[in-house]
Amino acid sequence: MSALPLPPTRVLRWAVPLLAALVLFPWVAEPYQTTLFSYGLVMAIAALGFNLLLGYTGLLSFGHSAYFGVGAYAVALIVKYLHVSSLEVFIVGGILASAAVSALFGFVCVRYTRIFFSILTMALSQVLWSLAFKFFWVTGGSDGLRVPTPSLLGTHIDPGEDKMTYLAHRYYYYVLVIFVVCTALMWVIVHSPFGKALQAIRDNETRAEFVGVQVRHYRWVAFVVSGTYTGLAGALWVPLNGLTTPDILHWGFSGEIVFFTVLGGFGTFAGPIVGAIVFNYLKTFAVGYTVYWQMFLGVVLVTMVMALPTGIMGMVGRLSQKWRRVPAP
Amino acid sequence: MSLLTTGKLTKYFGDTHAVDHVDFTVREGEVLALIGSNGAGKTTLVNVISGLLAPDSGTIRFRDADITSATIHEKIASGIARSFQLVNLFDQLSALDNIALSIFSRQGKTRRLFALADADTEVRDEATGVLEQFGLLPKARMLAGGLSQGERKLLDVAVAYSLRPKLLFLDEPTSGVSTREKAPIMDIITQVVRSGGITAVIIEHDMDVVFTYCPRIVAMHQGAILADGTPEEIRNNEQVTANMLGTHRHA
Repeated sequence: MSALPLPPTRVLRWAVPLLAALVLFPWVAEPYQTTLFSYGLVMAIAALGFNLLLGYTGLLSFGHSAYFGVGAYAVALIVKYLHVSSLEVFIVGGILASAAVSALFGFVCVRYTRIFFSILTMALSQVLWSLAFKFFWVTGGSDGLRVPTPSLLGTHIDPGEDKMTYLAHRYYYYVLVIFVVCTALMWVIVHSPFGKALQAIRDNETRAEFVGVQVRHYRWVAFVVSGTYTGLAGALWVPLNGLTTPDILHWGFSGEIVFFTVLGGFGTFAGPIVGAIVFNYLKTFAVGYTVYWQMFLGVVLVTMVMALPTGIMGMVGRLSQKWRRVPAP
Repeated sequence: MSLLTTGKLTKYFGDTHAVDHVDFTVREGEVLALIGSNGAGKTTLVNVISGLLAPDSGTIRFRDADITSATIHEKIASGIARSFQLVNLFDQLSALDNIALSIFSRQGKTRRLFALADADTEVRDEATGVLEQFGLLPKARMLAGGLSQGERKLLDVAVAYSLRPKLLFLDEPTSGVSTREKAPIMDIITQVVRSGGITAVIIEHDMDVVFTYCPRIVAMHQGAILADGTPEEIRNNEQVTANMLGTHRHA
C-alpha cells in the first residue's frame, strides 16, 4: 500500500454510484455480457482474498488454485453424493472445505517466507491437482464433474426459462450481493487492528515481533481468510461454468490469480477487483480472437509490469493526484 | 534497586566471543549508557537480553523473575522494549498508525478482525499524545517511509515507548542524524523517558551525547565489561581512554 488509505466518506463517494451501475447492468447489457461480468465478480472475490496475502501481508502465493479448486470440487461432490442443488449449501460447503484445507496448508506454509513460501504453496496445490487426476472415481479425473444450475434461496430455474437469462439476472444479483458483502468485509479486515498488524508484518517482520505481534500466527489467520475467500469464489464459479476439471487446481490457474492482481495493482484495495474483471474480459477476447491467446496475455503482462508497475489502479491514483494538483484556470 | 541483572551471560559466534560472561546490572529509574567500539558486544548484549538471540549460557533476571529462556513476546509483556540501530519502522503505515499498532498490541486488540482501527478513539487519542510528546504530531498522517532520518529515529523510539515498558533499550538513537539534530533528539527522548518513569539503556557512540545525558556509563570491550561508573569516572579510566576515548580527549 503505497499511499494512505482513503477515508470512508471518500470511499462511499465512488462506491455508491458504482454499485448503482452494477445493479442496473443486467438491464442494459446483453445476457452474455452480464454472465461474463459475473465471472469477473467471482474472480474479484478470489483476488480480494489473494491480495490479503500479497498486498497486505507480503506473501506471494503460487498455490491459490488449490483453494479455488477445493471450493469448486466441494460443490461438485455435494451434488454427486448428497444430490443437493441449493447454492446456499454449495456456499457453506465451499467455505468449510477451503477453510479446512487452507488451515492445514497454511500451518505448513507460513513457517517460510519469500521464494520458499511461494514454492511450497505451489507444490501443495500441485498435490491436489494430481489427486484430482488419480482419484478419478471420486473426482471424475480429467473429465471433471458436472454441476447443475442451482436453486437460489429455495427458488429453482423456471421450467422453460432460458439458463442464460437465469444466470444473467438472478444468479448475477446473487453473486453481486456476495461480492459486495465480501468487499465490505475485506475492507473492514484490512482497516482493522488485525489488518494493521498484517501490514506491519509485511513492512518489517522483526519490528512487528518487537511490538508484540505474533507473526507466524497472524500470517496463518491471514492465510486461512485468504484461502476461504478464494474457496468461496470457486463455489460461486462452478455453477456458472457448469463443470469443474483439474485444470482449476493446476498452478497455471494460480498464475492467473497473480496475473490479475498485478494487472489491477496489488498496492491498492480496489486494484485486484479491477484486475480480475479486466483480465476476465481480456482473456475472453484473446481466446476468441487468436489461438495464441496465452502469448497475447504474456505480452500484456510484460508490458504492464514495465509500463505500469503499480497496475491499473496505481496509475489511476497517480493521474488523479496529478489532476487534483492542476490549478483551476 | 536492580531492575535487570545478567549473570555470566555468554554469546559466541564461532570463535568470536561477542558477549563473554557478562555480569550486568540496570537499576530502576536510571538512564544508563552502554559504550564501546564497534564489535565490543553492545548490540549483541541487547539482542540477547531482548530475545532476538538466545544466549549460549548465563542468566537474565528481570524484576526478580528468570527470563533467560523467555520468548520475545513474554519479554515484551514483562516490560522490556527496544529500538534498533538501523531504523526499523513500518514504512508504509502512517506515523500515527506506527504508534497505534504498538498500543493495539499492548492492549491485546490486534486480534480484532472486524473492528475499524480508526474508530478506536481511545487508541487514537493515546497515539496522538505520544506523537505530541515526541514532537511528531504535525507528521501524524505522513507515511513513516517519508519522514526525515531524525524524525524516523524519534518515531522508532516512540513505537517502543508506546508499549509502556519498564525497561527501554535504545540502540544508537542518534546515529545517522546531523550533529545539529542530536541534542534536540536526546532532549526529547530523555525528557519523555524520565517523565514516564522508564529505565533506559542507551547504546551510543557519540561521547558528547553520553556524557551529557547519562549519569551512569558502562563500557564494553571484546564482549566483556571494561568499566562501570559516572561520566567523570569513565573519563578518568585509563583502560577506557586507551580503548575508546583517545580521540575524544584530544578533541
